[in-house]
Amino acid sequence: MTRDEIVAAIRAAHAGRTPLRLRGAGSKDFYGGLLAGEVLDLSGHRGIVAYEPTELYLTAKCGTPLAEIEAALAEHGQMLAFEPPHFSANLTVDRQIPAKTGATLGGCLAAGLAGPRRMQAGAVRDFVLGVTLVDGRGQVLDFGGRVMKNVAGYDVSRLIAGSLGTLGVIAEATLKVLPKPVAETTLAFACAADEAVRRLNDWGAQPLPLSAAFWHDGRLLLRLSGAAAAVEAARRRLGGELTVDAEKTWISVREQTHPAFAATPLWRVALPSTAPALAVDGLSAIEWGGALRWYAGDIDAAAIRAAATAAGGHATLYRAPESLRCRVDPFTPLAPALLALHRRLKQVFDPAGILNPGRLYAEF
Amino acid sequence: MCRMSSESPVVADRATLLRRLRHVLPAHCLLVEDEDLRPYECDGLTAYREMPLAVCLPENEGQVVDVLRTCHQLGVPVVARGAGTGLSGGAMPHAEGVVLSLARFNRILKVDRDSRSAVVQPGVRNLAVSEAAAPYGLYYAPDPSSQIACTIGGNVAENSGGVHCLKYGLTVHNVLRLRVVSIEGEIFEIGSAAPDSPGYDLLALLIGSEGLLGVVTEVTVKLVPKPELAQVVMASFDDVAQAGDAVAAIIAAGIIPAGLEMMDKPATAAVEPFVKAGYDLDAAAILLCESDGTPEEVAEEIARVRAVLTGCGARDLRVSQSEAERLRFWAGRKAAFPAVGRITPDYYCMDGTIPRKRLAEMLAAIAAMERKYGLRCANVFHAGDGNLHPLIMYDMSLPGDWDKAEAFGAEILELSVALGGSITGEHGVGIEKIKQMCVQYATPELETFHAVKAAFDEKRLLNPEKAVPSLHRCAEYGRMHVHRGELKFPDLERF
Repeated sequence: MTRDEIVAAIRAAHAGRTPLRLRGAGSKDFYGGLLAGEVLDLSGHRGIVAYEPTELYLTAKCGTPLAEIEAALAEHGQMLAFEPPHFSANLTVDRQIPAKTGATLGGCLAAGLAGPRRMQAGAVRDFVLGVTLVDGRGQVLDFGGRVMKNVAGYDVSRLIAGSLGTLGVIAEATLKVLPKPVAETTLAFACAADEAVRRLNDWGAQPLPLSAAFWHDGRLLLRLSGAAAAVEAARRRLGGELTVDAEKTWISVREQTHPAFAATPLWRVALPSTAPALAVDGLSAIEWGGALRWYAGDIDAAAIRAAATAAGGHATLYRAPESLRCRVDPFTPLAPALLALHRRLKQVFDPAGILNPGRLYAEF
Repeated sequence: MCRMSSESPVVADRATLLRRLRHVLPAHCLLVEDEDLRPYECDGLTAYREMPLAVCLPENEGQVVDVLRTCHQLGVPVVARGAGTGLSGGAMPHAEGVVLSLARFNRILKVDRDSRSAVVQPGVRNLAVSEAAAPYGLYYAPDPSSQIACTIGGNVAENSGGVHCLKYGLTVHNVLRLRVVSIEGEIFEIGSAAPDSPGYDLLALLIGSEGLLGVVTEVTVKLVPKPELAQVVMASFDDVAQAGDAVAAIIAAGIIPAGLEMMDKPATAAVEPFVKAGYDLDAAAILLCESDGTPEEVAEEIARVRAVLTGCGARDLRVSQSEAERLRFWAGRKAAFPAVGRITPDYYCMDGTIPRKRLAEMLAAIAAMERKYGLRCANVFHAGDGNLHPLIMYDMSLPGDWDKAEAFGAEILELSVALGGSITGEHGVGIEKIKQMCVQYATPELETFHAVKAAFDEKRLLNPEKAVPSLHRCAEYGRMHVHRGELKFPDLERF
């Protein structure tokens, strides 16, 4: 599929006011508002366009599987530092479209979901250098570029990250890439959830090479990444028990195939890392130095939203049966002033409201 | 100034404006006399000056809201201002508008060790945040060279960088939350201490928006643990191309240094007598490469950096042996602008970004431009992230010299775009690079920027005529973006 074909499809949909459902591999069909609109399958617009290891960037078309991108980076000892999930196991969510090869670049950026290394490296948007966007009128727009620093014009490329396809098709994107750490090791500690949060914040304020944390069922895993000497020094200082096969565990956390993510409904609660435990049952996992907490089971939606908001965070209904998804907004509702801004921005990029309607908020 | 003459319509407007502002601000928060306004007529880009109608110095958010509402009702432009250290004229006043100074918003509201964050008002100086965080072993990472004076609010407006941003990021990577007042006087908060705020990433949009979208009244910044140790390797090269290759080789070796800076011979020659940093004055270029972390990590990285630099033909290598020596190595780089200011009556600092591999090409082109314009240029370079700061030396008192400097600068910026880079890495577009925006962006992108602006500020009152050029202005400039071979500005009359 060429970019011109994407443009033609969007122009036709714009003219006919036909809602479109943008789709890469479909690995995140479960995420966000209920799916609506005619599928615009973008998986055929694929391929790495440019990769310059010493310039620390890679440009690829939206349908390129992350697996392909990461394989190319690995040849030069580099990585996508935000460790995005591939969700290869999710491909049966929508049986109408056959399984593909796991998450694509476009879907990864549109969803803005980062993996375990987020606590050290940053969010998806932190690595976006530029995008070629096809907006809701079928205009091709280039924002940002391929250089590390670029403050000319509004930073639309980062705005696009996490916008769930509601502002345009990310036809092509350039990401900052980083070298893989020389050494990595994982330590395990037996502790309760409160103690895990306390320790993670205490360690976080020290110059330690922490790259991931995962608590589940009384066990805290801590990944150290960096120079060999730094990892070794931190290991001696922190104690804990060395784990074997840790890489598999971290992949299961990234991919959410770990049992901690098995139950539904599953709530993704983002909090200030220091927030005390919420007065809600069902805590299943803690990640990102305490800032990301997963709750599973039959939890009252209003109660968990209120508790998360009171603690300075927000709760997302992450994975749930359709019967619940059609009653509960996936994301925490916006304050009126912010919702008004969102509507106006949506109007800028997609005046006919044809792109992924309702996927982010029911209002647009 | 002829503003005080009694009959013109502008004076009537101004009288109404001042009357309304006096209703919402105490007398000591409003400057109206020429001699009081004079210090605000420009920012760090002194070549562009304009006198505002008034300067408002609110002391609390309620007053900010009132000033903005008043200006919105009267249709008066508002230019927000921090310390006025910006280098692109972003805080230059509007002749028919007011300056809204956030200088009195200078309190650090909270520093929290465990959550590694600080809540500060926008008028707090960049360095003051790190000083307040130091007792907890933390600091605020972005460190523009002007950090002793520039404010966090200004850093947010410009998405400021610094010498450590390859490893630690720009302002956009280090701000967690903003409290913003819209031009209509409505307060909204974006981002939070919790990650991944719901909805669009408005933080990304606001940061670097050069005061065109809203006025920031509170900022939550991320703090990071201060590394136990930092050391700098200083390497001399006989050839700038070799030094450029060395930068790429360091990255290729899988090293992301805490800082990676280059200075060419004219820059070291200007700096050395001023700071006595011990730079090699015979070298065509020197590289400063900083490593930070645990002592073990630093030792390991410095050894690898040394090996790479030696392999790239560095003729001399020195590693800082003490914190004092490290700071001395950096002092020259950080003082490069004032040092050049000592050897020339005026200088004009550019801010293009290019792919690192094009560095030698760019420096050769700048050397040719020096001959073409008959002006000297010293180059300091955030080599790690491709951000070049050529300092063009000129003399404002010589007729035509500024015009030559400006043309010289424009040529550098346009070459930056042609080489695959950007016209500005960290100083912003402001008024200075507004024409070159026409080269970097095509019509549809510029139209989108204007539409984004209108989504926040329909009457276009916040910092008008900055950052994003009108299409008409681009047509007048006549050097437009060649974009996929399409005809530019098909709807506009041609010249």
